[in-house]
Amino acid sequence: MSDVWRAVILVGVGAMVCKAAGPVVIGGRQLPERVQGLVGTLAPALLAALVATQVFGGDHELVLDARALGLAAAAVGIAARAPILMVVIAAAVVTALARAA
Amino acid sequence: MTKDERSTGTVMGGVRKSLPLCLAVAAFGVSFGVLAESEGFGKLAPIVMSLTTFTGASQFAAISILGAGGGLGAAVLAAVLLAMRYLPIGISVAPELHGSAISRFAQSQLLLDESWAVANRGDGTIDRTTLVGAGLALYVSWQLGTLAGVFGGSLIGDPQALGLDAAFPALFLALLVPQLRNRRTRTAALIGAAVALSLIPFARPGVPVIAATVGCLAGWRSRGVDHSVESIP
Repeated sequence: MSDVWRAVILVGVGAMVCKAAGPVVIGGRQLPERVQGLVGTLAPALLAALVATQVFGGDHELVLDARALGLAAAAVGIAARAPILMVVIAAAVVTALARAA
Repeated sequence: MTKDERSTGTVMGGVRKSLPLCLAVAAFGVSFGVLAESEGFGKLAPIVMSLTTFTGASQFAAISILGAGGGLGAAVLAAVLLAMRYLPIGISVAPELHGSAISRFAQSQLLLDESWAVANRGDGTIDRTTLVGAGLALYVSWQLGTLAGVFGGSLIGDPQALGLDAAFPALFLALLVPQLRNRRTRTAALIGAAVALSLIPFARPGVPVIAATVGCLAGWRSRGVDHSVESIP
């Protein structure tokens, strides 16, 4: 078997296990009281981290590029209470324009 | 309000909520297919990988590291590190996923940052039907994109030139802002962003986001505090 297929199998199994572990082991049961509080703050912590890494993340460095302008456009849209679809499109358009400029 | 009285979404509602992202996900599926094909991985392997792995960041990492001669171990390690954020995400959705273990396994495979984010009610719980609808729509988009990339080459141009990579953080920000209502969630977001940013220069890709989950400790409630609050008339 080639390394390509080994990678397909290993990465596939790894991703499946990561996604399934919680639902298969805990599935349908309430989490302990203390953990419920943590789950409520997991979303803002992870969402903020995803925004930070996807906008300012480079190859082992922090970068400020067209994506930051796109995020700023998104922030303006959110502040103006624009629908999410408009916010997403605004971010993409501004980023594309900044790259083309 | 009890759990049963909360508004519940529909599968189609989840599909609708994810539509703006489906285009971007399909475009990145195309670029994954093109990259994998051009790196000499053939057509079948990338298609099988998209069907089974279904998390773009891990797939891009594995293919690009293998393609650059980085070796199987480094490729798999990077890909699994990127997928490890689904451990806490999976735990957070687990109470909502009912049914047999096989059914729960199947539903869990529809977890993606985007499907989880749009299914989030903002109070730490998720809407299962919205998750399934969004997950299915994104899954189909990812597969169609991969197929188009593998067989047709880059039909839609470079997703980065179209700014589509900025669509994902824009969505996450739009879903984050309404959650910043109280001090706990604001603290969690600040810690999450600060930890992730400070680790980017030093850690392997994937690690900053996993480490950022420590931000959820802002939600820790000790039993003592809860009891004292309840005892106030």
